[in-house]
Amino acid sequence: MSDGVFVQILDLVCGGLLLSGVLMLWRRELVAIVRLLVVQGVLLAALAVLLGVREQSVELYLVAVGVLILKAVVLPGVLHRVLRDSGDAREAAPLVNVTSSLLAAALLTLVAYAVSGPLVALAPSATTRALPVGLAVVLLGFFVLVTRRHALSQVVGFLLLDNGIAATAFLATSGVPLVVELGGSLDLLLLVLVLQVLAARMRLTFGRTDMDELQELRD
Amino acid sequence: MTALGGLGTAVLLAPLLAPLLAGGAAAMVGWRRAVAWSAVAASVVILASGVLAAVATTDGSVLVVGDLLRADALTAVMLIVIGGVAVIATWSGVGYIDQELAAGHTDARGAGRYGLLVPMFLAAMVLAVLASNLGVLWASIEATTIVTAFLVGHRGGRKAVEATWKYVIICSVGIALAYLGTVLVYYSSQHSGMGSQGSLDWTVLVAHADRLDPGVMRVAFALLVLGFGTKAGLVPMHSWLPDAHSQAPAPVSALMSGVLLSVAVYALLRYRVIAVAALDPGFVRILLLTAALTSLALAASMLIAQRDYKRLLAYSSIEHMGLVVLGAAVGTPLAVAALLLHILGHGLAKSVLFCGSGQILALEGTTQISGVRGLLARRPVLAGTFALGLAALLGLPPFSLFVSELALARAAADAGLGWALAVALVLLLVVFVAIASHGAGMLFGRPPAVTAPPGAGPATAPVPTAAAVSSILTRTLVRPQALAPVRTAAGVAPLVTGLAVLAVLGVVAWPLDQLLRAAALIAGTP
Repeated sequence: MSDGVFVQILDLVCGGLLLSGVLMLWRRELVAIVRLLVVQGVLLAALAVLLGVREQSVELYLVAVGVLILKAVVLPGVLHRVLRDSGDAREAAPLVNVTSSLLAAALLTLVAYAVSGPLVALAPSATTRALPVGLAVVLLGFFVLVTRRHALSQVVGFLLLDNGIAATAFLATSGVPLVVELGGSLDLLLLVLVLQVLAARMRLTFGRTDMDELQELRD
Repeated sequence: MTALGGLGTAVLLAPLLAPLLAGGAAAMVGWRRAVAWSAVAASVVILASGVLAAVATTDGSVLVVGDLLRADALTAVMLIVIGGVAVIATWSGVGYIDQELAAGHTDARGAGRYGLLVPMFLAAMVLAVLASNLGVLWASIEATTIVTAFLVGHRGGRKAVEATWKYVIICSVGIALAYLGTVLVYYSSQHSGMGSQGSLDWTVLVAHADRLDPGVMRVAFALLVLGFGTKAGLVPMHSWLPDAHSQAPAPVSALMSGVLLSVAVYALLRYRVIAVAALDPGFVRILLLTAALTSLALAASMLIAQRDYKRLLAYSSIEHMGLVVLGAAVGTPLAVAALLLHILGHGLAKSVLFCGSGQILALEGTTQISGVRGLLARRPVLAGTFALGLAALLGLPPFSLFVSELALARAAADAGLGWALAVALVLLLVVFVAIASHGAGMLFGRPPAVTAPPGAGPATAPVPTAAAVSSILTRTLVRPQALAPVRTAAGVAPLVTGLAVLAVLGVVAWPLDQLLRAAALIAGTP
């Protein structure tokens, strides 16, 4: 693959990651948000394949397959099941409305570019120049976590944050050592399963899956 | 390092395998007396491995198994902390779960899950301190969140669900930030001239630390402090801690407060060595000092008007982690030795107090401080151990926290951090007054009138009255044979053991001083 083509595809994939992150702030239907997570999973796998082609590394292909299965199939599948059980399909009342959320997304992207200055400066190349995208997705995930009140939205925010970190890891280091990658993926899977059980318990005890119900433990 | 040969391998593998076996037994046969004792045995194995590792590594040598496991003196200290606290917590856990089953707070499935998850929790923490790869260290700390999730929610009900949800979400986000920090450390290691592969191996990173890029390492270390700080209960991501500690079963609270927080601090200690060499030490110190002093201030302010004694203990954990991180900010070998002793002392004292608070909760049925009055008159043995535990926690002699706090203060003064020390001492004074007055109320306060049955005034004979009431309760609720005083004696035994060890550690330096000195040379910087 020539350099020009590589850079074009890379920028396309990274642009797609950022765009799907921003769209999650825009949409309020939870089904649509979970679908966007699938898109992000596919794009992350594509990123791994792209780097694998570039570095001719079989390991990265395997990682790509793992990412595709975990982030585009299994985790969204779990979220779909929670959604089907819980019944309510919309984020009822986010703390920040859509317009302000999109403005915040723009600001967070700028912050990501500012913070990643020293990271790019260490080894400027086509891949590291895309690093701010990974950090921007991390910040978007954080934003979703603190502004959305539905239990599922919080899980989505966490997964968005995790996708951003995965993208950063691919762009900066072409993936972490395999043992860390495996440990991290296993932890992520178990964590989402734990959250699924917790969401079910929350529905059983509170009748709904909304953070506003969680007000009992205070000083 | 190969002098021990096979024994060295056994010392590193046994503390991992023993809890896994105990957990496996619980998964196979459910909750049995023998299963409960197997968890205690696994804790003893961890403690014994820690002692053996200490003997082998005090001279500065290192035990390794392949590329993955590694133990130096610092690891040995942490193994001893994990083992020591785990012995007390699992020992109390035997009676605790029996009590829960008898009182109908949990069922056979819940008890079986407890029997499986507690040893898994221990195994994850042991792996964290044994891992030579910082990525594996991260993954095992993340794993502790997963295994403890259902332990925090063990009791069920609205509060437990709320506490668990907050715990899992906040800790996962925090630990994800630590992962981002780990990735950035790996990134800078790839461009430090140690070969294009890079490494997350701690030894390799320390050897090349001065060639790591300061710009990247600054962002990375800030993320690591924030991330592992979440797990250690440091401000600003501390809010899960009081909820989780107050809702979890008492032995689990003891393990979380005594060991889990310390393991997160251990991760910070390892990274600090790299960061100090890669960055200007002033940045590292300011960052850690900020985290330490804000945590101390928050804990002091929340302790003053605290109404719940389990939350009181939880905020006291934030306070002590603040002190420990203050020691890390100072960073001299003396400070590191003092903070390691403090971690051990705090772990033991907190496990005594949390397990004691679980028995108080079982007796009194409330976690409100105002609901527990005159405990010393009604339950002299239990209240006595609780009082001594509080004294240890407040840093009174002869307990070891007195020694470690003095040494921390001296180290801070030597390093020219007198102003930080002054702030910390004022905050500690506030904490002291707050905890002492709440504790005095619980122990000596006038017993509430409602507990006295008609016809027997509390002034005439409070002790026999309370004993009579509780024995009637036990007879109707539990089995006729299970008399209250017997249960108390069995329940208090692990607590008394913990207190005795604390007192011994406070009086004689041997045998820990050599080990602490060796560990301080690894994690301390002049």
